[in-house]
Amino acid sequence: MAKVSVQNVSKTFGSLKALDTVTMDFPDGGFFALLGPSGSGKTTLLRTIAGFIFIDGGTIRIGDQSVENIPVEKRDIGMMFQNYALFPNMTVADNVGFGLRVRKVGADEELRRVGEALELVQLGQHCDRKPHQLSGGQRQRVALARAMVTDPKVLLLDEPLSALDKSLRVDMQIELKRIQREIGITTIFVTHDQEEALTLSDKIGILRNGAMVQAGAPRDVYNNPTDIFTAKFLGEANILNQISGDGADIHKPTGATSNTTLAVRPENMSISALEPNGDGISKFSAQLERRIFAGAMATCIVRSNDSTFKVTARDQDIPQLSGGSTVWLSWQSDKTIVIPNNVCHDRNNAQSG
Amino acid sequence: MSGKLLSNLGKLWLALILFFLYAPIIVMAVMSFNASQYYQLPFEFSMKWYEKLTGNAEIIDAATRSVLIAILTTIIATILGTAASVALFRYEFRGKRFLQVMLFPSIAIPWLITGTAMLIFFFGVGLGRGTPSVIIGHVALALPYVIVVVSARLATFDETLEEAARSMGADSWTVTRRVTLPWISSGIIAGALFAFAVSFDQFVVSYFLSEPGDSTLPVLIYTSIRKGFTPEINAISTIIIVVSMAVMLFAARFSNFGGER
Repeated sequence: MAKVSVQNVSKTFGSLKALDTVTMDFPDGGFFALLGPSGSGKTTLLRTIAGFIFIDGGTIRIGDQSVENIPVEKRDIGMMFQNYALFPNMTVADNVGFGLRVRKVGADEELRRVGEALELVQLGQHCDRKPHQLSGGQRQRVALARAMVTDPKVLLLDEPLSALDKSLRVDMQIELKRIQREIGITTIFVTHDQEEALTLSDKIGILRNGAMVQAGAPRDVYNNPTDIFTAKFLGEANILNQISGDGADIHKPTGATSNTTLAVRPENMSISALEPNGDGISKFSAQLERRIFAGAMATCIVRSNDSTFKVTARDQDIPQLSGGSTVWLSWQSDKTIVIPNNVCHDRNNAQSG
Repeated sequence: MSGKLLSNLGKLWLALILFFLYAPIIVMAVMSFNASQYYQLPFEFSMKWYEKLTGNAEIIDAATRSVLIAILTTIIATILGTAASVALFRYEFRGKRFLQVMLFPSIAIPWLITGTAMLIFFFGVGLGRGTPSVIIGHVALALPYVIVVVSARLATFDETLEEAARSMGADSWTVTRRVTLPWISSGIIAGALFAFAVSFDQFVVSYFLSEPGDSTLPVLIYTSIRKGFTPEINAISTIIIVVSMAVMLFAARFSNFGGER
């Protein structure tokens, strides 16, 4: 187990800058997410740490060792692939034991460690099965056991849960977190699922167009995005720049200047038919466009001038109003997010949700 | 029902094709068991042509040589062809596409022309005629078949398996031996059987490259026919056909025409 450090790493494929001076630290024993839309370079970054891609510039350290010129097989990593990449001709036990046999640990120790690893992922009874006899979730567990069994310095997971259906995915998130905590291995995983990144990791690195946009603890990144892309990519954000109209009252937080954008998360807004009053409340009026019921929660789409806003709340907390009626949106002023404009290199429309 | 009619016509068509393919062979095989030297009917069962064959040192000698050449060709062509397929699959390099495309003309060029070219070439480099030249020639003919068959199998191989093995610390030889080769083994066996068949059945190139008195079986059969046709030739031909067909059926079973098993 070891810390991993990526400093100013660059990689160009032809004319495409896949990684552009990316820097991020992964302290020992943490659980880290690399998050970004497709083509953002997150998988490329993971593969440079693994050693499948040699970098053009910068440094990568695993533990105290510079690994830029060390091939994959000598980096002492564990990696889990998106399609799991289990060897189809080998049993579960042989798959898990592969790395141990390569290291020539001896038959007894191999048997013991394979047993322990399979115990850890709760698959002890399936040793003799072939991969095609397993369910998707079981294959995923085998792949995880196989990646961990050699006690690698760092565990790299490439979209580990994307091949599972939703309910299984949530179970596996909890499971993955438990296992990671139990063995305390430095773990870096790639995902395009914002919720997964927020749920699992101690630290998130958000990538876009090959650049590291922001890195930090999930709560920090979520609450204090440093640009509009991050704000919109990690959850949703209502941008408040063009609010005007009767009774609009938006408190400018400290730090807000002409070079900043103000935003509020949909779940921090309330919707009401009557104008709300109270200290520390920001508010404006708008027209209700649609209400989208989603079980416990509901989302209202609201329009003011040419901007639309989203408000998410418990269904029972939203007044029954017909479309087109005037509503008030309000929020605690300290929930207003100040986003600097200058770092915003928003070229494409940021996806939300 | 026209559908039923069409279906029956289709079956008739298939039967006709099989008839034209196999009728001459069957006639020859049957005649190899006929006592008459001049294909006279009625058919009278006899093993005498096969018995005469066992006393024919020339034919046995040629047959042994043919088998040995085929085995050597198979070993060399399979190793070279498999290595080439893996390299073509795994690495990107200049001229790769050109090399891949150049595999096919060598299958399509008539053997007569290949044989002539080889004869000129081997005399040019001072090797001349003889069994070594025959083996080199056969390897050259068999190699594209091995590469095509093994590559077809490799096309179904998931490269991330190699990456997974490397991430677990396996060097490239271990990856090849433990992960890649087991996956393509059926393709390698099929390729080897093709190579054997190409070599064992080879007449034209063998005829050009072998020295008189050192002939392979097909060459000997051809020269025997020119001297005079005996049912002995039917007998040895029948044996060749049985062996070749067994090999090809085995190959087809393993290669599954390049698809998934």
